[in-house]
Amino acid sequence: MWSFFHRLASPKHFYAFAGRLIPWLGWITLLLMLAGLYTGLFVAPTDYQQGESYRIIFVHVPAAWMSMFVYMVMAISGGIGLVWKMKMADIVAASAAPIGAAFTFLALVTGSLWGKPMWGTWWIWDARLTSELILLFLYLGFIALGSAIEDKRTAANACAVLALVGLVNIPIIHYSVEWWNTLHQGSTVTRFDRPAMATSMLIPLLIMFLAYKIYFFLVLFMRTRAEILDRERNTGWVKQLVTEAS
Amino acid sequence: MTNSLLAAFVVILRRDLTLALRTRSEIANPLLFFVIVISLFPLAVSPEPKVLQTLAPGVIWVAALLATMLSLDSIFRSDFEDGALEQMLLSPHSTSILVLAKVLAHWLVTGVPLILLSPLLGVLLNLPTEAMPALLATLALGTPVLSLVGAIGVALTVGLRRGGVLLSLLVLPLYIPVLIFASNAIATAGAGLEIRGQLYFLAALLALALTLSPFATAAALRISLR
Repeated sequence: MWSFFHRLASPKHFYAFAGRLIPWLGWITLLLMLAGLYTGLFVAPTDYQQGESYRIIFVHVPAAWMSMFVYMVMAISGGIGLVWKMKMADIVAASAAPIGAAFTFLALVTGSLWGKPMWGTWWIWDARLTSELILLFLYLGFIALGSAIEDKRTAANACAVLALVGLVNIPIIHYSVEWWNTLHQGSTVTRFDRPAMATSMLIPLLIMFLAYKIYFFLVLFMRTRAEILDRERNTGWVKQLVTEAS
Repeated sequence: MTNSLLAAFVVILRRDLTLALRTRSEIANPLLFFVIVISLFPLAVSPEPKVLQTLAPGVIWVAALLATMLSLDSIFRSDFEDGALEQMLLSPHSTSILVLAKVLAHWLVTGVPLILLSPLLGVLLNLPTEAMPALLATLALGTPVLSLVGAIGVALTVGLRRGGVLLSLLVLPLYIPVLIFASNAIATAGAGLEIRGQLYFLAALLALALTLSPFATAAALRISLR
Protein backbone atom coordinates (compact mmCIF):
# COMPACT_ATOMS: atom_id res chain seq x y z
CA MET A 1 0.00 0.00 0.00
CA TRP A 2 2.59 2.56 1.10
CA SER A 3 5.08 1.51 -1.51
CA PHE A 4 2.43 2.35 -4.10
CA PHE A 5 2.27 5.92 -2.82
CA HIS A 6 6.03 6.13 -2.55
CA ARG A 7 6.39 5.09 -6.14
CA LEU A 8 3.85 7.71 -7.20
CA ALA A 9 6.15 10.37 -5.76
CA SER A 10 8.66 9.61 -8.48
CA PRO A 11 7.88 11.47 -11.71
CA LYS A 12 8.65 8.45 -13.85
CA HIS A 13 6.08 6.24 -12.17
CA PHE A 14 3.56 8.99 -11.91
CA TYR A 15 3.91 9.58 -15.64
CA ALA A 16 3.11 5.96 -16.42
CA PHE A 17 0.34 5.75 -13.81
CA ALA A 18 -1.38 8.92 -15.05
CA GLY A 19 -1.05 7.72 -18.62
CA ARG A 20 -2.95 4.53 -17.80
CA LEU A 21 -5.65 6.45 -15.95
CA ILE A 22 -6.29 9.19 -18.51
CA PRO A 23 -8.45 7.22 -21.00
CA TRP A 24 -10.66 5.94 -18.18
CA LEU A 25 -11.09 9.40 -16.71
CA GLY A 26 -11.84 10.75 -20.16
CA TRP A 27 -14.66 8.28 -20.83
CA ILE A 28 -16.14 8.69 -17.35
CA THR A 29 -16.10 12.47 -17.75
CA LEU A 30 -17.82 12.24 -21.11
CA LEU A 31 -20.54 9.91 -19.82
CA LEU A 32 -21.18 11.91 -16.67
CA MET A 33 -21.25 15.20 -18.56
CA LEU A 34 -23.74 13.85 -21.07
CA ALA A 35 -25.90 12.38 -18.32
CA GLY A 36 -25.71 15.51 -16.18
CA LEU A 37 -26.42 17.90 -19.04
CA TYR A 38 -29.28 15.78 -20.37
CA THR A 39 -31.00 15.42 -17.01
CA GLY A 40 -30.23 19.02 -16.14
CA LEU A 41 -31.38 20.62 -19.36
CA PHE A 42 -34.24 18.34 -20.38
CA VAL A 43 -35.44 16.19 -17.48
CA ALA A 44 -35.26 18.56 -14.51
CA PRO A 45 -38.46 20.58 -14.04
CA THR A 46 -38.72 24.26 -14.81
CA ASP A 47 -38.27 26.51 -11.81
CA TYR A 48 -41.49 28.27 -10.90
CA GLN A 49 -39.72 31.53 -10.11
CA GLN A 50 -36.88 31.69 -12.58
CA GLY A 51 -38.24 29.74 -15.49
CA GLU A 52 -35.71 28.08 -17.73
CA SER A 53 -32.84 30.43 -16.99
CA TYR A 54 -32.08 28.71 -13.70
CA ARG A 55 -30.67 25.78 -15.68
CA ILE A 56 -27.34 27.54 -15.88
CA ILE A 57 -26.70 26.43 -12.29
CA PHE A 58 -25.78 23.01 -13.65
CA VAL A 59 -22.75 24.63 -15.22
CA HIS A 60 -22.25 27.49 -12.80
CA VAL A 61 -22.46 25.97 -9.34
CA PRO A 62 -20.06 23.06 -9.93
CA ALA A 63 -17.57 25.51 -11.44
CA ALA A 64 -17.79 27.69 -8.35
CA TRP A 65 -17.33 24.69 -6.06
CA MET A 66 -14.39 23.49 -8.10
CA SER A 67 -12.73 26.90 -7.96
CA MET A 68 -12.46 26.53 -4.18
CA PHE A 69 -11.53 22.86 -4.31
CA VAL A 70 -8.71 23.39 -6.80
CA TYR A 71 -7.26 26.14 -4.62
CA MET A 72 -7.22 23.70 -1.72
CA VAL A 73 -5.50 21.07 -3.88
CA MET A 74 -2.99 23.64 -5.01
CA ALA A 75 -2.22 24.99 -1.55
CA ILE A 76 -2.02 21.59 0.10
CA SER A 77 0.21 20.02 -2.53
CA GLY A 78 2.31 23.19 -2.52
CA GLY A 79 2.64 22.84 1.25
CA ILE A 80 3.63 19.18 0.90
CA GLY A 81 6.26 20.16 -1.66
CA LEU A 82 7.54 22.86 0.68
CA VAL A 83 7.81 20.61 3.73
CA TRP A 84 8.83 17.25 2.28
CA LYS A 85 10.59 18.57 -0.86
CA MET A 86 8.55 16.28 -3.06
CA LYS A 87 9.02 17.02 -6.73
CA MET A 88 5.64 15.62 -7.73
CA ALA A 89 3.79 17.82 -5.23
CA ASP A 90 5.39 20.90 -6.79
CA ILE A 91 4.43 19.76 -10.24
CA VAL A 92 0.83 19.10 -9.20
CA ALA A 93 0.53 22.53 -7.58
CA ALA A 94 1.91 24.29 -10.63
CA SER A 95 -0.32 22.32 -13.00
CA ALA A 96 -3.47 22.85 -10.93
CA ALA A 97 -3.27 26.64 -10.91
CA PRO A 98 -4.35 27.40 -14.49
CA ILE A 99 -7.17 24.84 -14.23
CA GLY A 100 -8.40 26.49 -11.06
CA ALA A 101 -8.21 29.89 -12.70
CA ALA A 102 -10.22 28.55 -15.62
CA PHE A 103 -12.92 27.17 -13.32
CA THR A 104 -13.06 30.49 -11.49
CA PHE A 105 -13.36 32.34 -14.77
CA LEU A 106 -16.12 29.99 -15.91
CA ALA A 107 -17.98 30.55 -12.66
CA LEU A 108 -17.69 34.32 -13.14
CA VAL A 109 -18.85 34.26 -16.74
CA THR A 110 -21.79 31.97 -16.11
CA GLY A 111 -22.66 33.93 -12.98
CA SER A 112 -22.77 37.10 -15.01
CA LEU A 113 -24.84 35.40 -17.74
CA TRP A 114 -27.24 34.28 -15.04
CA GLY A 115 -27.30 37.76 -13.57
CA LYS A 116 -28.66 39.27 -16.77
CA PRO A 117 -32.11 37.60 -16.68
CA MET A 118 -32.21 37.49 -12.87
CA TRP A 119 -31.00 40.92 -11.82
CA GLY A 120 -31.18 42.75 -15.14
CA THR A 121 -27.46 43.55 -15.27
CA TRP A 122 -24.39 41.64 -16.33
CA TRP A 123 -22.46 42.42 -13.23
CA ILE A 124 -23.58 43.05 -9.70
CA TRP A 125 -21.37 43.43 -6.67
CA ASP A 126 -22.94 40.43 -5.08
CA ALA A 127 -20.88 38.92 -2.26
CA ARG A 128 -20.33 35.59 -3.96
CA LEU A 129 -19.42 37.07 -7.32
CA THR A 130 -17.04 39.49 -5.64
CA SER A 131 -15.22 36.86 -3.65
CA GLU A 132 -15.03 34.72 -6.76
CA LEU A 133 -13.42 37.67 -8.57
CA ILE A 134 -10.88 38.08 -5.78
CA LEU A 135 -10.18 34.36 -5.95
CA LEU A 136 -9.41 34.81 -9.64
CA PHE A 137 -6.94 37.56 -8.72
CA LEU A 138 -5.28 35.21 -6.24
CA TYR A 139 -4.94 32.53 -8.91
CA LEU A 140 -3.52 35.02 -11.39
CA GLY A 141 -1.02 36.25 -8.80
CA PHE A 142 0.04 32.67 -8.16
CA ILE A 143 0.52 31.99 -11.88
CA ALA A 144 2.34 35.28 -12.40
CA LEU A 145 4.74 34.59 -9.54
CA GLY A 146 5.40 31.08 -10.82
CA SER A 147 6.23 32.27 -14.31
CA ALA A 148 8.35 35.19 -13.10
CA ILE A 149 10.86 33.01 -11.24
CA GLU A 150 13.13 31.10 -13.57
CA ASP A 151 14.39 28.35 -11.29
CA LYS A 152 11.61 25.76 -11.06
CA ARG A 153 12.26 24.70 -7.48
CA THR A 154 12.45 28.26 -6.19
CA ALA A 155 9.30 29.10 -8.14
CA ALA A 156 7.44 26.14 -6.67
CA ASN A 157 8.44 27.00 -3.11
CA ALA A 158 7.67 30.69 -3.47
CA CYS A 159 4.28 29.83 -4.97
CA ALA A 160 3.61 27.40 -2.14
CA VAL A 161 4.19 30.13 0.44
CA LEU A 162 1.88 32.42 -1.48
CA ALA A 163 -0.80 29.74 -1.76
CA LEU A 164 -0.65 29.02 1.96
CA VAL A 165 -0.91 32.73 2.79
CA GLY A 166 -3.87 32.85 0.45
CA LEU A 167 -5.42 29.85 2.14
CA VAL A 168 -5.40 31.68 5.47
CA ASN A 169 -6.77 34.75 3.75
CA ILE A 170 -9.57 33.24 1.68
CA PRO A 171 -12.03 32.77 4.57
CA ILE A 172 -11.23 36.26 5.85
CA ILE A 173 -11.75 37.77 2.42
CA HIS A 174 -14.91 35.76 1.89
CA TYR A 175 -16.55 36.81 5.14
CA SER A 176 -15.44 40.41 4.93
CA VAL A 177 -16.91 40.65 1.45
CA GLU A 178 -20.14 39.06 2.63
CA TRP A 179 -20.28 41.47 5.54
CA TRP A 180 -19.55 44.45 3.32
CA ASN A 181 -22.26 43.36 0.95
CA THR A 182 -24.98 43.04 3.57
CA LEU A 183 -24.14 46.53 4.79
CA HIS A 184 -24.08 48.16 1.41
CA GLN A 185 -26.89 46.74 -0.63
CA GLY A 186 -28.38 43.72 1.00
CA SER A 187 -31.98 44.81 0.63
CA THR A 188 -31.75 46.21 -2.89
CA VAL A 189 -30.59 42.96 -4.40
CA THR A 190 -33.56 40.84 -5.24
CA ARG A 191 -31.86 37.68 -4.20
CA PHE A 192 -34.29 34.86 -4.65
CA ASP A 193 -34.89 32.92 -1.49
CA ARG A 194 -33.59 29.51 -2.22
CA PRO A 195 -36.08 26.88 -1.19
CA ALA A 196 -34.76 23.46 -0.32
CA MET A 197 -33.77 22.22 -3.73
CA ALA A 198 -36.01 19.63 -5.31
CA THR A 199 -34.42 16.22 -5.71
CA SER A 200 -35.04 16.29 -9.44
CA MET A 201 -32.80 19.35 -9.65
CA LEU A 202 -30.29 18.16 -7.09
CA ILE A 203 -29.46 14.90 -8.85
CA PRO A 204 -28.30 16.50 -12.13
CA LEU A 205 -26.35 19.03 -10.10
CA LEU A 206 -24.52 16.29 -8.23
CA ILE A 207 -23.84 14.39 -11.45
CA MET A 208 -22.41 17.54 -12.98
CA PHE A 209 -20.33 18.11 -9.88
CA LEU A 210 -18.87 14.64 -10.14
CA ALA A 211 -18.24 15.15 -13.84
CA TYR A 212 -16.39 18.41 -13.14
CA LYS A 213 -14.31 16.78 -10.47
CA ILE A 214 -13.23 13.89 -12.66
CA TYR A 215 -12.66 16.29 -15.52
CA PHE A 216 -10.35 18.24 -13.21
CA PHE A 217 -8.27 15.16 -12.47
CA LEU A 218 -8.23 14.30 -16.17
CA VAL A 219 -6.83 17.69 -17.13
CA LEU A 220 -4.56 17.74 -14.10
CA PHE A 221 -3.00 14.42 -15.10
CA MET A 222 -2.56 15.57 -18.68
CA ARG A 223 -0.89 18.76 -17.54
CA THR A 224 1.32 17.01 -14.99
CA ARG A 225 2.46 14.55 -17.67
CA ALA A 226 3.47 17.41 -19.94
CA GLU A 227 5.13 19.19 -17.03
CA ILE A 228 7.03 16.04 -16.04
CA LEU A 229 8.39 15.64 -19.56
CA ASP A 230 9.45 19.26 -19.57
CA ARG A 231 11.19 19.16 -16.20
CA GLU A 232 12.77 15.76 -16.61
CA ARG A 233 13.89 16.25 -20.20
CA ASN A 234 17.52 15.61 -19.29
CA THR A 235 16.89 12.25 -17.65
CA GLY A 236 17.50 8.94 -19.35
CA TRP A 237 13.95 7.63 -19.30
CA VAL A 238 12.46 10.69 -20.98
CA LYS A 239 15.09 10.59 -23.70
CA GLN A 240 14.39 6.91 -24.24
CA LEU A 241 10.66 7.59 -24.32
CA VAL A 242 11.04 10.31 -26.91
CA THR A 243 13.35 8.29 -29.14
CA GLU A 244 10.99 5.33 -28.98
CA ALA A 245 8.05 7.49 -29.94
CA SER A 246 9.72 9.16 -32.88
CA MET B 1 19.92 34.57 24.71
CA THR B 2 16.66 36.49 24.77
CA ASN B 3 18.66 39.57 25.70
CA SER B 4 20.85 39.28 22.66
CA LEU B 5 17.78 38.72 20.47
CA LEU B 6 16.27 41.92 21.83
CA ALA B 7 19.57 43.67 21.21
CA ALA B 8 19.58 42.44 17.61
CA PHE B 9 16.00 43.62 17.20
CA VAL B 10 16.90 47.08 18.47
CA VAL B 11 20.05 47.25 16.34
CA ILE B 12 18.17 46.43 13.16
CA LEU B 13 15.37 48.82 13.99
CA ARG B 14 17.83 51.64 14.70
CA ARG B 15 19.85 50.88 11.59
CA ASP B 16 16.81 50.92 9.32
CA LEU B 17 15.50 54.12 10.85
CA THR B 18 18.90 55.78 10.44
CA LEU B 19 19.12 54.67 6.83
CA ALA B 20 15.63 55.97 6.15
CA LEU B 21 16.37 59.33 7.77
CA ARG B 22 19.52 59.71 5.69
CA THR B 23 17.52 59.34 2.47
CA ARG B 24 14.55 61.48 3.32
CA SER B 25 13.17 61.52 -0.18
CA GLU B 26 12.28 57.87 0.21
CA ILE B 27 10.00 58.81 3.07
CA ALA B 28 8.64 61.87 1.33
CA ASN B 29 7.85 60.35 -2.06
CA PRO B 30 5.09 57.91 -1.03
CA LEU B 31 3.54 60.65 1.10
CA LEU B 32 3.62 63.04 -1.80
CA PHE B 33 2.02 60.34 -3.94
CA PHE B 34 -0.68 59.89 -1.27
CA VAL B 35 -1.50 63.60 -1.33
CA ILE B 36 -1.45 63.90 -5.12
CA VAL B 37 -3.68 60.89 -5.70
CA ILE B 38 -6.21 62.22 -3.24
CA SER B 39 -6.20 65.67 -4.78
CA LEU B 40 -6.92 64.12 -8.18
CA PHE B 41 -10.32 62.86 -7.11
CA PRO B 42 -12.07 66.22 -6.63
CA LEU B 43 -10.69 67.22 -10.03
CA ALA B 44 -11.81 64.03 -11.74
CA VAL B 45 -15.14 63.36 -10.06
CA SER B 46 -16.63 66.54 -8.70
CA PRO B 47 -15.69 69.28 -6.23
CA GLU B 48 -19.21 69.05 -4.79
CA PRO B 49 -18.82 68.72 -0.98
CA LYS B 50 -21.61 66.15 -0.71
CA VAL B 51 -20.03 63.87 -3.32
CA LEU B 52 -16.58 64.24 -1.79
CA GLN B 53 -17.92 63.38 1.61
CA THR B 54 -19.25 60.03 0.42
CA LEU B 55 -16.08 59.31 -1.52
CA ALA B 56 -13.64 60.38 1.19
CA PRO B 57 -13.28 57.17 3.27
CA GLY B 58 -12.74 54.97 0.26
CA VAL B 59 -10.49 57.39 -1.57
CA ILE B 60 -8.25 58.00 1.44
CA TRP B 61 -7.91 54.29 2.08
CA VAL B 62 -7.27 53.31 -1.52
CA ALA B 63 -4.63 56.03 -1.73
CA ALA B 64 -3.07 54.80 1.51
CA LEU B 65 -2.99 51.27 0.10
CA LEU B 66 -1.28 52.41 -3.09
CA ALA B 67 1.19 54.62 -1.23
CA THR B 68 2.13 51.69 1.01
CA MET B 69 2.54 49.50 -2.07
CA LEU B 70 5.03 51.97 -3.54
CA SER B 71 7.14 52.04 -0.42
CA LEU B 72 7.07 48.29 0.25
CA ASP B 73 10.03 47.50 -1.95
CA SER B 74 12.35 49.44 0.33
CA ILE B 75 11.88 46.93 3.16
CA PHE B 76 14.24 44.36 1.68
CA ARG B 77 15.43 45.58 -1.73
CA SER B 78 18.59 47.50 -0.82
CA ASP B 79 19.58 44.94 1.82
CA PHE B 80 19.16 42.23 -0.76
CA GLU B 81 21.36 44.06 -3.22
CA ASP B 82 24.24 44.74 -0.85
CA GLY B 83 24.10 41.33 0.80
CA ALA B 84 23.02 42.52 4.25
CA LEU B 85 19.93 40.34 4.00
CA GLU B 86 22.05 37.22 3.60
CA GLN B 87 23.99 38.12 6.74
CA MET B 88 20.69 38.55 8.54
CA LEU B 89 19.61 35.05 7.57
CA LEU B 90 22.99 33.64 8.58
CA SER B 91 22.87 35.24 12.02
CA PRO B 92 21.97 32.94 14.92
CA HIS B 93 18.86 34.96 15.75
CA SER B 94 15.36 34.01 14.70
CA THR B 95 14.76 35.44 11.24
CA SER B 96 11.11 36.18 11.97
CA ILE B 97 12.03 38.50 14.84
CA LEU B 98 14.56 40.32 12.70
CA VAL B 99 11.96 40.59 9.95
CA LEU B 100 9.57 42.05 12.48
CA ALA B 101 12.15 44.74 13.33
CA LYS B 102 12.48 45.65 9.66
CA VAL B 103 8.73 45.77 9.18
CA LEU B 104 8.34 47.91 12.29
CA ALA B 105 10.94 50.32 10.92
CA HIS B 106 9.07 50.43 7.62
CA TRP B 107 5.81 51.19 9.37
CA LEU B 108 7.37 53.92 11.51
CA VAL B 109 8.82 55.54 8.41
CA THR B 110 5.84 55.23 6.05
CA GLY B 111 2.75 54.39 8.09
CA VAL B 112 3.07 56.91 10.88
CA PRO B 113 3.59 59.97 8.62
CA LEU B 114 0.59 58.79 6.62
CA ILE B 115 -1.52 58.74 9.77
CA LEU B 116 -0.30 62.18 10.79
CA LEU B 117 -1.06 63.60 7.37
CA SER B 118 -4.50 62.04 6.98
CA PRO B 119 -6.63 64.55 8.96
CA LEU B 120 -5.48 67.25 6.60
CA LEU B 121 -6.62 65.20 3.62
CA GLY B 122 -9.84 64.43 5.41
CA VAL B 123 -10.46 68.16 5.60
CA LEU B 124 -9.66 68.53 1.91
CA LEU B 125 -12.22 65.88 1.08
CA ASN B 126 -14.80 67.40 3.38
CA LEU B 127 -14.88 64.46 5.75
CA PRO B 128 -17.19 65.25 8.70
CA THR B 129 -15.41 66.02 11.97
CA GLU B 130 -17.08 63.06 13.69
CA ALA B 131 -15.32 60.73 11.28
CA MET B 132 -11.81 62.07 12.02
CA PRO B 133 -11.13 59.88 15.08
CA ALA B 134 -12.33 56.88 13.07
CA LEU B 135 -9.99 57.81 10.22
CA LEU B 136 -7.04 57.98 12.61
CA ALA B 137 -8.01 54.79 14.43
CA THR B 138 -8.48 52.74 11.27
CA LEU B 139 -5.20 53.97 9.83
CA ALA B 140 -3.41 53.24 13.11
CA LEU B 141 -4.77 49.68 13.14
CA GLY B 142 -4.70 49.09 9.40
CA THR B 143 -1.37 50.42 8.14
CA PRO B 144 0.69 47.98 10.26
CA VAL B 145 -1.29 45.15 8.65
CA LEU B 146 -0.44 46.58 5.23
CA SER B 147 3.26 46.62 6.10
CA LEU B 148 3.19 43.11 7.58
CA VAL B 149 1.29 41.47 4.73
CA GLY B 150 3.23 43.46 2.16
CA ALA B 151 6.50 42.19 3.61
CA ILE B 152 5.53 38.66 2.54
CA GLY B 153 5.03 39.84 -1.01
CA VAL B 154 8.32 41.74 -1.05
CA ALA B 155 10.16 38.75 0.36
CA LEU B 156 8.76 36.61 -2.44
CA THR B 157 9.65 39.02 -5.22
CA VAL B 158 12.90 40.53 -3.93
CA GLY B 159 15.06 38.28 -6.09
CA LEU B 160 13.29 39.30 -9.29
CA ARG B 161 14.40 42.16 -11.46
CA ARG B 162 10.94 43.44 -12.29
CA GLY B 163 9.17 42.67 -9.07
CA GLY B 164 7.22 45.92 -8.77
CA VAL B 165 4.07 45.21 -10.75
CA LEU B 166 4.07 41.58 -9.68
CA LEU B 167 4.20 42.70 -6.06
CA SER B 168 0.99 44.68 -6.41
CA LEU B 169 -0.67 41.71 -8.11
CA LEU B 170 0.24 39.47 -5.19
CA VAL B 171 -0.45 41.83 -2.33
CA LEU B 172 -3.47 43.95 -3.27
CA PRO B 173 -6.03 41.09 -3.12
CA LEU B 174 -4.77 40.30 0.37
CA TYR B 175 -5.42 43.90 1.43
CA ILE B 176 -9.12 43.76 0.62
CA PRO B 177 -10.41 42.86 4.12
CA VAL B 178 -8.53 45.80 5.67
CA LEU B 179 -9.90 48.11 3.01
CA ILE B 180 -13.47 46.94 3.58
CA PHE B 181 -13.48 47.25 7.34
CA ALA B 182 -11.54 50.49 7.49
CA SER B 183 -13.46 52.48 4.89
CA ASN B 184 -16.72 51.14 6.24
CA ALA B 185 -15.80 52.21 9.77
CA ILE B 186 -15.05 55.76 8.61
CA ALA B 187 -18.28 56.02 6.64
CA THR B 188 -20.27 54.65 9.57
CA ALA B 189 -18.63 57.05 11.99
CA GLY B 190 -19.48 59.89 9.62
CA ALA B 191 -23.12 58.91 9.92
CA GLY B 192 -22.79 59.12 13.70
CA LEU B 193 -23.04 55.40 14.37
CA GLU B 194 -21.08 53.01 16.54
CA ILE B 195 -17.92 51.57 14.93
CA ARG B 196 -16.51 49.42 17.68
CA GLY B 197 -17.26 46.24 15.72
CA GLN B 198 -15.21 47.29 12.70
CA LEU B 199 -12.33 48.39 14.92
CA TYR B 200 -12.34 45.03 16.68
CA PHE B 201 -12.17 43.31 13.31
CA LEU B 202 -9.23 45.47 12.29
CA ALA B 203 -7.52 44.74 15.60
CA ALA B 204 -8.09 41.02 15.04
CA LEU B 205 -6.56 41.29 11.57
CA LEU B 206 -3.60 43.12 13.08
CA ALA B 207 -3.13 40.40 15.72
CA LEU B 208 -3.31 37.72 13.05
CA ALA B 209 -0.87 39.48 10.73
CA LEU B 210 1.50 40.27 13.59
CA THR B 211 1.70 36.65 14.68
CA LEU B 212 1.71 34.87 11.33
CA SER B 213 3.25 37.10 8.69
CA PRO B 214 6.82 37.23 10.15
CA PHE B 215 7.04 33.45 9.76
CA ALA B 216 5.77 33.53 6.19
CA THR B 217 8.12 36.42 5.40
CA ALA B 218 11.10 34.58 6.87
CA ALA B 219 10.25 31.44 4.89
CA ALA B 220 9.84 33.49 1.71
CA LEU B 221 13.18 35.23 2.26
CA ARG B 222 14.93 31.91 2.64
CA ILE B 223 13.42 30.74 -0.64
CA SER B 224 14.28 33.95 -2.48
CA LEU B 225 17.89 33.92 -1.31
CA ARG B 226 18.59 30.34 -2.21
